[in-house]
Amino acid sequence: MEEIPIIKLGRSLLVSIQIDMHDRLAVALEDELSEKLVETGAKGVIIDISGLDVVDSFVGRTLANIAGTARVLDAQTVVVGMRPQVAITLVELGLTLPGIKTALDVERGLAIVNATQGETADTIQRGPS
Amino acid sequence: MNATEPRLRDTVLQNEPRLVDLWVDGLARSNLQRFGHLGANGLRQQCLRFVDEFTSALEQEPRANIHEPEFDNLRDIVEEISRLDATQGFSPSDTALFVYSFKEPLFAVLKEELAGSSEELISAVKSASRILDRLGLYATEIYQKSREDIIQRQAQELIELSTPVVQLWDKILVIPIIGTLDSERAQTVMESLLDRIVEFRAEIVIIDITGVPTVDTLVAQHLVKTISAARLMGADCILSGIRPQIAQTIVHLGLQIDVTSKATMADAFALALRRTGQKMQRTPVRRES
Repeated sequence: MEEIPIIKLGRSLLVSIQIDMHDRLAVALEDELSEKLVETGAKGVIIDISGLDVVDSFVGRTLANIAGTARVLDAQTVVVGMRPQVAITLVELGLTLPGIKTALDVERGLAIVNATQGETADTIQRGPS
Repeated sequence: MNATEPRLRDTVLQNEPRLVDLWVDGLARSNLQRFGHLGANGLRQQCLRFVDEFTSALEQEPRANIHEPEFDNLRDIVEEISRLDATQGFSPSDTALFVYSFKEPLFAVLKEELAGSSEELISAVKSASRILDRLGLYATEIYQKSREDIIQRQAQELIELSTPVVQLWDKILVIPIIGTLDSERAQTVMESLLDRIVEFRAEIVIIDITGVPTVDTLVAQHLVKTISAARLMGADCILSGIRPQIAQTIVHLGLQIDVTSKATMADAFALALRRTGQKMQRTPVRRES
């Protein structure tokens, strides 16, 4: 069965979806990602959907679920690389993915995750000694 | 029923070249504009093709209805001529008159050939008229349609022209919306904005609505959609150029536009610079003496 690779990149996990997401795949991704999050203690999840032509309501909900799970496990989710046509369709469907951060591409996504991690590290360092 | 008169067919078949000659001569004398546009050769070519197809349509013994398949080729030619006329600035009457002007040589020839029997002459003339009259109307119809196509294309071009997306600074785009934001325009605005976001790798989009005369629930909805779509692509929006009356309208209507807004584009630009971590600074002007 096809599967979506999850790559560890620094303190983030990179999920690059390059094949059509059918429902079972989406559920499998959700499971695997939460296990990987616990395993690696990653602080960020970057989901690259530049390869997706179609994002339906189920995939949209899966993205929201992943973001929710990640938040509980103290990681931030950034969805990157959405195509203009997909964005228009999602907006028409009323799926604006509230609560999920977005960025233009993987590079920007990483920058967002690293920026928030930097803040956390700062706070820890500045604590009373 | 309504089949074309056999005598009409025979006469046209036998006199094809002569009909063309007579027609071209008549047109050259009376229809100066068309003659000037096409030249003697072009005009002759048009007439020749028309008569050719008219003849071959008659050969198939059609009914007088020009929408029958026998008239397909003839209709194509009339269509082509009408479209050409529409783009070259002829009036619709010019186009119809071109078709009607064929009656003159045709009736003249019929009169000669069928001089013996007035009854045959009348029914041949009636039959020819029936076809030509409808063709003339059809030509006008096509002319009208091509004109409408032209108007529609221009309207589309106008829409595209009136919604420019401009890169104001690194990572900052501005889209000044001028005029009413209807559904169609909102769609164009959204599409071109999203494409530009990818192209310029923008992080902030300033939507300036100084030129929007009124903001009602529909316009607000379009704005919200555009803002949401831009956010999905990873770009934040700032709304600027909200005039006092519009601010009041938005409050009175209870519209929810969930976005940072600034009164002027300058304020929005300053905020955009701050958010993207950029800075502009004054330097002392050096005067040349």
